[in-house]
Formats: sequence, structure tokens, C-alpha cells
Amino acid sequence: MSTPLLRLDHIGKEFYGNRVLSDITFDISAGEIIGLVGENGAGKSTLLNILFGMPVISSTGGHEGTIQIDGKTVHFTSPNQALAHGIGMVHQEFSLIPGFTATENILLNREVLNDSSMSYIFSDRVSTLNRTAMNDRARAAINTLGVDISPDMVVSEMPVGYKQFIEIAREIDRKNTRLLFLDEPTAVLTEQEAEILIIALQKLAKKGIAIVFISHRLSEVKQLCSRILVLRDGRLVTDQPATELTTRQIASLMVGRESERREVPPEFPEEPVEVSNATEVLESSPKKKKKKIRPALKVEHLWVDMPGETVRDVSFEVMKGEIFGIGGLAGHGKLGIPNGIMGLYPSGGKVLLKGRKLTLNKPRAALGRKMAFVSEDRRGVGLLLDEPLDWNITFTAMQTQGRFLLGIPYIFQMRNEHAMKKEARKFIDSLGIKCTGPNQLAGELSGGNQQKVCLAKAFVLRPDVLLICEPTRGIDIGAKTLVLDTLKEYNRENGTTIIITSSELEELRSVCNRVAIVDEGRIAGILPASSPAEEFGMLMMGEKPRTGLSATE
Amino acid sequence: MISRFIQNAGWPRIIIALFLLGLFIAAPFVGVRVDTSLSNTLVRFGMNGVMVLAMIPMVQAGCGLNFGLPLGIIAGLLGATLSIEWNTEILAWLSGLGTQYKISWLNEIFVTTWREPLGFASAIIIAIPIAAILGWFYGKLLNRVKGDEMMIATYVGFSSVSFMCIAWLLLPYKHPTMVWGYAGKGLRTTISVEGYWLHVLSDSLALNIQTEDIHLYIPTGMLIFFAVMAILVWIFMRTKTGTAMTAVGSNPEFARASGVNVDRMRTISVMMSTVLGAVGIIVYEQSFGFIQLYMGPFYMALPAVASILLGGASVNKAGILNVIVGTFLFQGILTMTPSVINSYLQTDMSEVIRLIVSNGMILYALTRKVRAGR
Repeated sequence: MSTPLLRLDHIGKEFYGNRVLSDITFDISAGEIIGLVGENGAGKSTLLNILFGMPVISSTGGHEGTIQIDGKTVHFTSPNQALAHGIGMVHQEFSLIPGFTATENILLNREVLNDSSMSYIFSDRVSTLNRTAMNDRARAAINTLGVDISPDMVVSEMPVGYKQFIEIAREIDRKNTRLLFLDEPTAVLTEQEAEILIIALQKLAKKGIAIVFISHRLSEVKQLCSRILVLRDGRLVTDQPATELTTRQIASLMVGRESERREVPPEFPEEPVEVSNATEVLESSPKKKKKKIRPALKVEHLWVDMPGETVRDVSFEVMKGEIFGIGGLAGHGKLGIPNGIMGLYPSGGKVLLKGRKLTLNKPRAALGRKMAFVSEDRRGVGLLLDEPLDWNITFTAMQTQGRFLLGIPYIFQMRNEHAMKKEARKFIDSLGIKCTGPNQLAGELSGGNQQKVCLAKAFVLRPDVLLICEPTRGIDIGAKTLVLDTLKEYNRENGTTIIITSSELEELRSVCNRVAIVDEGRIAGILPASSPAEEFGMLMMGEKPRTGLSATE
Repeated sequence: MISRFIQNAGWPRIIIALFLLGLFIAAPFVGVRVDTSLSNTLVRFGMNGVMVLAMIPMVQAGCGLNFGLPLGIIAGLLGATLSIEWNTEILAWLSGLGTQYKISWLNEIFVTTWREPLGFASAIIIAIPIAAILGWFYGKLLNRVKGDEMMIATYVGFSSVSFMCIAWLLLPYKHPTMVWGYAGKGLRTTISVEGYWLHVLSDSLALNIQTEDIHLYIPTGMLIFFAVMAILVWIFMRTKTGTAMTAVGSNPEFARASGVNVDRMRTISVMMSTVLGAVGIIVYEQSFGFIQLYMGPFYMALPAVASILLGGASVNKAGILNVIVGTFLFQGILTMTPSVINSYLQTDMSEVIRLIVSNGMILYALTRKVRAGR
């Protein structure tokens, strides 16, 4: 067997004691197309960053293991070195100059120059550009991809799909490109465009360029790639020829094996019981199933215009006292649902809270109806970083419920610093927030403690319905368990309805009664948490198990 | 202990305070009296204090420094000129009230004893609604340019001053002490408030010792007025609305998610700043003795901005202590530097030095902003 083009040997990476990659070993030969799949946070981006020599890796202590190209060990400390070795990368976010034409973007910094006497005296920097030659080269690169884009078209006027092709054309034009990484290239493409791209990539592979294709669309991965690597929690769980795997198997490999099953919360009674008379259901523990249970929150045809998390048409019901999970891949709109309900982003549709219609687009209305919200953007929305903890914890309650105030409502009310501090201290003790006291600024706390402050802020409101986004994002494992346990306990003790949105499916399955999976702004399905992981995986990948979409198997 | 104090006070304030102290020590050696200098500093402190106070609401609400202070000043100027224009009518109306309710001693109070304080109060009472209305529009404007408030505010200030240059000429003022003598219309550039409300605050309860050895003058009334205004602002910032305003300045997204109407809070803060600016200029004028129209308010915002920054405020956090410390240091330097250095150099460079010092301090203060900002 000849030496592989690229060989990764026991690659591992830790960020501040937080292990994100361990023991990754695989080869890539010339002309091979490899599919790399994994959930958000499985370690794909870190792996790419290591391969591309991104400064973020070396500045955080480098990585473990070795990378070999053509059998020679290399060590990249900057992306330029990776480029010099023929590694090209197309990122999820476009890196194109909007005001430049396709040609100028494709040949940026590799322009064809005219010879002139000036360039002998000074340097190439004063040469003029050979536009015709440049256009020819750009056209050649674009043609390789099998699309028809004029080289003179300005990038800012192109549809997104075109931009993606320009990005790829730029990598192809680089003469020495031998290994191409594509990070979700089809995410922004229509189906036809994706087809064209797949054919183009196959052509490239025939020319001997090795391709690593990262995508969440499993059917495409299966169609295009010869080998599939599955990453989960920083480990390589599978390295198999594509033909040996079904999309269903891939999905289940991605989200976790069934053997790791732990205690899963009991399924919540499914069918909503119509409430005959408006007698308030007693604040009771959800475990007493005898009690009549009605939906605490009913969402009908909700749309939310949240940038990057668009919700198109979502309907679901959450029972009183239930812990309801919303999962799905990043960018598919799961975060948009709670943000829209709370009125933080423009939204429409119908939301019924305890049978009464909720005014949308007004945070005050939602808060006034005893709903509380913990934002996914902890530092941006969730906290007043420059203010002390007692402010952070009591502010919302003060403004919406008029608590922690002294004086006469509507006429003159001053804040009651004493009560604020007392309340803050109560939560610092009960949630174990590590701080110097209620006077410490929120910005000085660690991520996990900040998250606890956010929870305290929501708990102070004594909510009936609590919406929580990404409760464990960016906090260490110890704090994770603590936060989740706190939520479970709060639900048990107060019968609060909790809706958790998270990208970590395992987390949702361990806490929630039912989990809804969002795909492309719509609910792909709602399953009891006890359902097998692969069913969730299939929903996430947009492969509905019961419909005909699984034809690729 | 000392390092803690330095950390809390901040090096810039310590250095400037030491410099100011040095000037006071050097003063007697170049023939400048320390007691008169101190009196001057205190007078200037009282004159400018309220206008510096006007910075607080906008800074706290995240609208940045109020470079548009001239707008508030214009409202104050309108109040001041109208109070003189209508002085007789106002007093007549008040004594009319006295007659109506058959309280004869009221007449006496209104017409004679309290004539000047009432004139001053009427100036403030007229100025406040004007400032509130102008501030409302100004606030609406600033809500549309979030992120660029300070730049826009500067031009709001400048253009309102220029607009009023036309208005001062055209407004139908008639009072002989205020209009141009030759035409009988159009306001003069400088109007004396003598006989109306000159030194009403400054001289009340003032400590005035003028002997052979000591020349000390402390404008107690004006300082008390400033203290009252400062306490009012302090209380306001601790109310529910004030708390919401601070949160808006600290993190607008947080405030919005907590059900606070961000734009409304910002508008209120701008209105408050403008009203305080209006009150501030009236306090300034009663001490200064003149109402300065036309280009008078043009550069008024800059000393106030410099003072509060010098006092340790950042572009999004400011407190009463920043105002007191900053105003004292800034006005102290402004009083002392020209007099001491002039006497030393034996030439009249006071205006040049004043400009260098005040603009230099603004420059210094604004460079600090970058670090203070988020």
C-alpha cells in the first residue's frame, strides 16, 4: 500500500482542561472522498482547525498526536503553511469580498500579472493585471464545477448558492491543492445545486484531489463519499466504507449507542385533557397522574424571524408540570421558538398560555403572564455584566412584578437594596453560586456560576412556565449536572412547566419527558424521551423514518 | 490601604489633584492669593455643577455623553430671557393672587422682598417644559442612531445653536434691557440679569469675608442648590425607573428581555439631561451676571463632558461622586493654571492657556473612553 496523502495519528485536543478530541487516527489517500459526520460539538471544527493550523490551536497549547503528509510529519502553526502543503478549505461562512467580481475573488492574491519595465525596477507590486488571462482561469475553475457563472459577476449580487461555488472554485484554482475540506457546503444550496456540486466533487476526486466532506445531510454523504467517519464526543466511533452503513446506522452512531441507556424520566401522559370548567388545576406534582392535566402552553403555527434560527411553522403542546425538550441541529430554528414566544424577535402565529392567548412581540406581556426565560446568549442577553449580582437576580422581578421596591406604586418607588441583597444571598446559598457576595459584578463569575445566576433570575419570578435555552452551553461537566439537577428539582417541587432547548440531545433525553426535534424551522417529530436514540438522530437529519425519504438506504 | 485608595480613586485623578495642590502651593510665590483662588474655584464649581450633573442620566441610559447640552442650555436661555421679558407681568399676577385671596402680606413679599428669587424661579419654571419638549424630540432622534449618539448629539448641539442665532433676532422680545437699542428689536448678545436675579443663589447664606488679610467668598446658597439637585438625581437613579435606565445603559438586550421599554427609558434620560442642562445654565447665569446668547452655548458642552470624564466616569457609567470630583478638579485647574502661570510668565496668556488646558483635558478624557467602553 502506498503512503497515504494525509495521515492523522492519535490526534487529541484539550481546551482549558475540557477535552474535545481524543485519539483520532485515520488516513486519506489521493482521490478519495471521505464523509465526516457528527453532531454539533462532536469536535469537527476543532479537527479542521488543527489540520489547518489555526492560531486558536497553538495559542491554547497545541494538540496531541502527529499529522503526516506524504509520510512526512508536518506541524502547521498558521493557515498559510497548510495552504502551501496543498490543503484547501471551504468554510461554512463565506470569506469573499462582496464588491469584487467572481474572477477577482477566485484569483485574489494569485492574480495573473503583465510584465512591465516597472516591475523590474520595483517589484511585482506595481505590475498591472492581465484581465483576460485571469478571466480565462476563473472560467476554467468555474467550469470544472459544472456551473454557469459569469466571471464578471459581482459577488454581492450573487445568490448564496453561487457564492458557495465561487469559494470552491477559488480552492480548485490553486494549482497545488491536493486535499480539500468542505464544511457543510450544501447547507445553503438548493437540491439541484447540491446535485451539481456533488457531481463536480466527484470529477475533482477523479483528478486525484482528496476531499473531506462535512455535512448534516446524510443521504448526500452516503451518495458522494466512499468512506464515512463518525465523530462523537471527540472520538472517532466509526471508519467504514459508505456502502456498509445505512443512514439509520449513521444517525444512531452520531447520537449515541443504546447500550449507554440510563434512567430516563417517565413518559408524560400524552393526551391533553380538556378542562371542563375553568377551575385552576392544583399546583401538584406531575407524578400524580390522576389529576386532570391540561396544556400549560399551546403553540400553533408559530413563525419567528430570528437571524440564523428562523422558525417557519411550529405547533406543539406542553402539559402542565412537564419538562419538554426542544432539540435539533444548530441553525434549524430550535432557539427561535423560545425567543419568539418571549417576544424577543418578531414572530407570528398563536400561543396559548393556560388557554388564554398570549400577546406576541412584547417581552413584558410574556413576563407578565408568569413566564420566565433564560437566554442562550448568557453574556449578551442574560446578564448585566457590569452590575452586581443582586441587580442581575432581582431586576426582572422588580420591573415586571414590582417587587424589591419601597414606596407607592406608579408614584414613587425606590429600590429596596436590603431586600435585593437578601434575595440574592438566598439564591447564592441554595444554588451554590461561587462568588464574594451579592455585590460582586456578574461579569467576574465563571460560566457555570453565571448560568446559575441566570437561573436564579428566572426562579425569582416564580414562573408557571420556564423557558430555558442551552442551559449547559459553555460550562464544565460538574456545573452541567448541577444545573440540570436544579431544574429537575425545581420542576418537582413547584410543578413548574419547563421547556428546555438544547443542542445536546443526551442532555434533553435525561431530563425531559418528551423531546421535540426541530428541522429547518419545522417540528420533525415529538418523541418520548425513552425512544431509541437513532429515532431522534433520524429526525435531526431530516430523514423521517416513517416517510419515503429513507429511500437512500 | 494606600494602594487601595489609589486603585479606587484612579491614577489620573490623583495626578491632577496633586497638580492642583501644587498650583495652590505655588500661588503665593508668584503673587496669587490662595483665598481668592479658592473662592473662585468654589464659585466656578457651583456655577458648572448642575450642567455636569446633566451628563448622568444619559450616560447611565447608554446614550453616551451629552454633547447636545447646548439644546438644554437654549431652553434655559429661553426661560431666562422670558422671565425678564414677563417679569412685571408675572409679579403683577402673583400680587393679584394676593389681593384676590385678601392676604396683604403676600403682596409685599411678591413685589418687594421675593422679587428676585421669584424671577429666578420663574426662569426655571418656564425653562423646564421647553427643555422637556426639546429633549423629547432629541431623545427620539437619538433612538434612531443607536451607537452613534455622541457624534449626532454634537451636531444637534451645534445646529440648534445656529438655529437660535436666527431666532434670537426674530423672536418678538420687547423688553428694553434686552433688545438692541438702535432697532428696538432683536436680543443683544449679552444681557445683564442685574436687577432681576443677579446672585440670588450665590449671595444667599453666602460667607463673605473681605478684610485686609482675607478675601474669602463662599457661595453657600448656590452650593446648597447644587447639592439638592445632586440628591434629586441620586434619588431618581435609585427609583424603579432609574434602575431600569441603568440596566438599559448596562445591557439594552437584558433590559428588553426583562420587559423594559428601552427606547422609552432612553428618551426619559435625554429629557432629564436636557432639563438639567436648562436649570444648570440659569444657575450659571445668576452667578455670572449675564445671559450670553447667540454663540454663547456653542462650546458649553465640552467643559461639562471633560469634567465628568475627569471625575472618573466612563461613557456608560457615571455617578454623583464623579460629578463632584470632576467638576472641582476641572474648574480648579481652569482657575489656577492661567492665574499662576500668567503671573509667572508676566504676560497675558490666560485665554490661550485656558483653551489648551480645557481642550487637552477633553482629549485626555476621551482617550480613556476606549478602555471604558464595552
